Amino acid sequence: MKILKNLLKEPTFVFGSGLFLLTIGLAIFGPYIFTINTESVNLPYQNPGAGLILGADHLGRDMLSMLISGLKNSLFVGFMAGTIATTLGTLLGVYAGYKGGILDDIINMVTNLVLVIPSFVVLLLISASLEEGRSLQLIALIIGLTTWTWTTRSVRAQTSSLKSSEHINLARVNGASTFTILTKHILPYLLSYIFMVFIIQVASGILQEASISMLGLGPYDSISLGNIMNDAMKNEALGDGVWWAFIPASMLITSIVFSLYTLNTSMEGVFNPALRK
Amino acid sequence: MPNNEIIFEGKNLVKEFGHGKTLCTALKGMNFQIKEGEIVTLVGGSACGKSVLAKHMLGFLLPTKGEFLYRGKKITNQRDHWQDVQPIFQDPFSAFNQFYTIREQLEDSFNVFYKKPSKAEVKKRVDDALLAVNVQPSELEGKFPFELSGGQMQRMLLARIFALKPKVLIADEATSMVDACVRANILDYLMKLKEELNMTIIFITHDIGLAYYVSDRIFIVDDGQIIEQGTPDEVALTPKTAVTRHLLDDIPDIHKPWIVRKGHAQ
Amino acid sequence: MALFEVKNLSLHYLTRFGSKVHAVSDVSFELEEGEILGIAGESGCGKTTLVSGLMGLCIPPLYPSQGDVFVEGDPLMNRTPQDIRENILSRKVSMIPQGAFNALNPTRKIKDLAMDVIVSHEGKKAKKKEMYERIFNRFELLGMETARVLNSYPVQLTAGERQRSVIGISTLLNPKMVIADEPTSALDVTTQKQVIGMIFDLLEKKVFSTMIFITHELPLLRHVADRICVMYAGEIVEMGTSEQLVFDPRHPYTKALMSAMLSAEEGARGKKPEAIEGAPPFLGNEIIGCRFAPRCKYAKEDCKTKKMEIRIVGDRQVRCDYAE
Repeated sequence: MKILKNLLKEPTFVFGSGLFLLTIGLAIFGPYIFTINTESVNLPYQNPGAGLILGADHLGRDMLSMLISGLKNSLFVGFMAGTIATTLGTLLGVYAGYKGGILDDIINMVTNLVLVIPSFVVLLLISASLEEGRSLQLIALIIGLTTWTWTTRSVRAQTSSLKSSEHINLARVNGASTFTILTKHILPYLLSYIFMVFIIQVASGILQEASISMLGLGPYDSISLGNIMNDAMKNEALGDGVWWAFIPASMLITSIVFSLYTLNTSMEGVFNPALRK
Repeated sequence: MPNNEIIFEGKNLVKEFGHGKTLCTALKGMNFQIKEGEIVTLVGGSACGKSVLAKHMLGFLLPTKGEFLYRGKKITNQRDHWQDVQPIFQDPFSAFNQFYTIREQLEDSFNVFYKKPSKAEVKKRVDDALLAVNVQPSELEGKFPFELSGGQMQRMLLARIFALKPKVLIADEATSMVDACVRANILDYLMKLKEELNMTIIFITHDIGLAYYVSDRIFIVDDGQIIEQGTPDEVALTPKTAVTRHLLDDIPDIHKPWIVRKGHAQ
Repeated sequence: MALFEVKNLSLHYLTRFGSKVHAVSDVSFELEEGEILGIAGESGCGKTTLVSGLMGLCIPPLYPSQGDVFVEGDPLMNRTPQDIRENILSRKVSMIPQGAFNALNPTRKIKDLAMDVIVSHEGKKAKKKEMYERIFNRFELLGMETARVLNSYPVQLTAGERQRSVIGISTLLNPKMVIADEPTSALDVTTQKQVIGMIFDLLEKKVFSTMIFITHELPLLRHVADRICVMYAGEIVEMGTSEQLVFDPRHPYTKALMSAMLSAEEGARGKKPEAIEGAPPFLGNEIIGCRFAPRCKYAKEDCKTKKMEIRIVGDRQVRCDYAE
């Protein structure tokens, strides 16, 4: 609780979390405030006006409804990808860092291998080879499976420096199993760090989804912020001056990612007092 | 000695780390015996190999060559070994997990036993141990490690030993981070416990004064070898080797002359 | 004016949970040129925290609470670390840390590290050759194979050589005084004796004249320091000449400390060291009375409730109202 109190004293934290809660709020409560209708009931690129706050897209769908649904889906992809990457990265990192030996060598090798393969290219290749099956879940899974590496590396480094701490030796002579040592005596020390890594992973998951969707390789048949941008690009919204087709979507992406990054840096200041001014 | 069973035995004990160019020999053939109920102190400078030997005694390390035996057998299972042999560590500040209360961690230490006593019994033994080191159990209720000072924490490590009542205690620089008063106090308690359990105690220290006071025998360790072993009087007052004499001379003592600085009153 | 003066210095840590730990409370002393002051106390008593304060380097989570430190009348608190590094460190006050290995950048040779110190304080005025000569001449005083040591990387040296090099580098610019924080604790006794011998040598050759020497080893301090101050739970409890403190202590804590000393001499085995119950208090809570009172065998009724101030007893300072 004291941690939360301290965090609330940090203006950047208040700003970051405020902005983030606002976007999440829009995704969750948006449907209750506005009527959501993503059918083509309006004119293509109809101007914003009464009852159509942000106009319509090239198929005549209500832009605000599109944005709210897209935001929900983008957040879903971000959180799922972030969860997969953080969980996988943490498990492998903690295990490799504590156990050492040949398993550590193997995990290390695989990590380095995956690390040098540009994950975005893999993402593109996999996405491009799938068509109908490209669901939101699959995209999130692919992002998660290609971005866990740096979590592994940093968690591994933290674990192996923690390993020589005397409390680990004490836990060993207390008869604690490897599992207990990892969960009770190492993970709690890394929790704040892992949480910060998670935030960054979510942010980069959202960005990655937006990027591949922008290129037209995003989730098939679902609305996402990246897909909205892709539609706008394909249908020359930019050249025609149809600002509502791409500006609101890009602003949403920017504000989510920006708020998450702000959150991360503000927490760093509290969790790691040496960085405090 | 009422019982003459040999607790630890080293036969040409060698420990090497690394290989090839980075090969480093920490123990260079040690031969020794430690009997039940004895207090033996390993004395030596930094990086002389005494801590590596202590890690063998705790079952953390296995020898590269030669033999290291506990009660005549090689140590094959760490948990078996820890039923009997327990440590007190040097650094009280990092010895406890910051996320759990001291009480929880003291009770957790009973997990080492294959036959864990009942909850009520564990609680009672922890209470008794705390009282034995003169801490009121109620004072410790809900306390986390970061709410105690270093001296208080060192006492908690001692309470852990009082609760577990091991047959052999390995105290690696156990009192080097607390002041002389706390040290004297901890030694008092340890001697009481030793009497009660006929515990074998191995101290590891660079403090010859401490070694002289507590030990039945002293091993002088230098460069991975035990260069001298004997009673405190033999080793500290009539050292046989030049290395030991040198070592004793180099230790600053309030009553003995040391290096003299010009203009400084001696 | 004293060369170095500490006035009512208090420092606290801010924990990650937002609470304060008062690591150093109300420390005051003066140091005249040519004096060696020893600071003794167990680990956790605030010695190392005090060192950061003495150099004016309070880096979060450490914060100054009150008081100030003056070097030749120049206050150090609330200045930026950069200001302190440029104007105070190396020239006026130099620091010899405990772990020489961490203090030396492993990727540079000793001579380069030494040159860095000169360049960072005096600029690139001198030629490399001149600087090398200057460093060489200074290192000649340290009693090592100068040429080999200067051309080595830190890892290629023994622990003793590294610590000597650190001392050589930190006294290169002839600081007025040196603060040595456990400079020999990581060394074995033989090397410790050599390093202390070398420090004495530098003092005699007037490379520097004044020193604050911090250690938990009282016997060592007795041979090194002119005056000793003993710290307990963040406070100075007694300060006097090393002779006085070691052989005629007045504060109950110092008394207990001295009678608990173990030494390897004939007959010492029979003498039981005096043990006192309890342990130093946790400094997260405000303590009103005497911090030693709960463990003190002379404690009176009011010791736990009234604030103990430093008192002058004879020619020494004692933080106890009942010490004579």
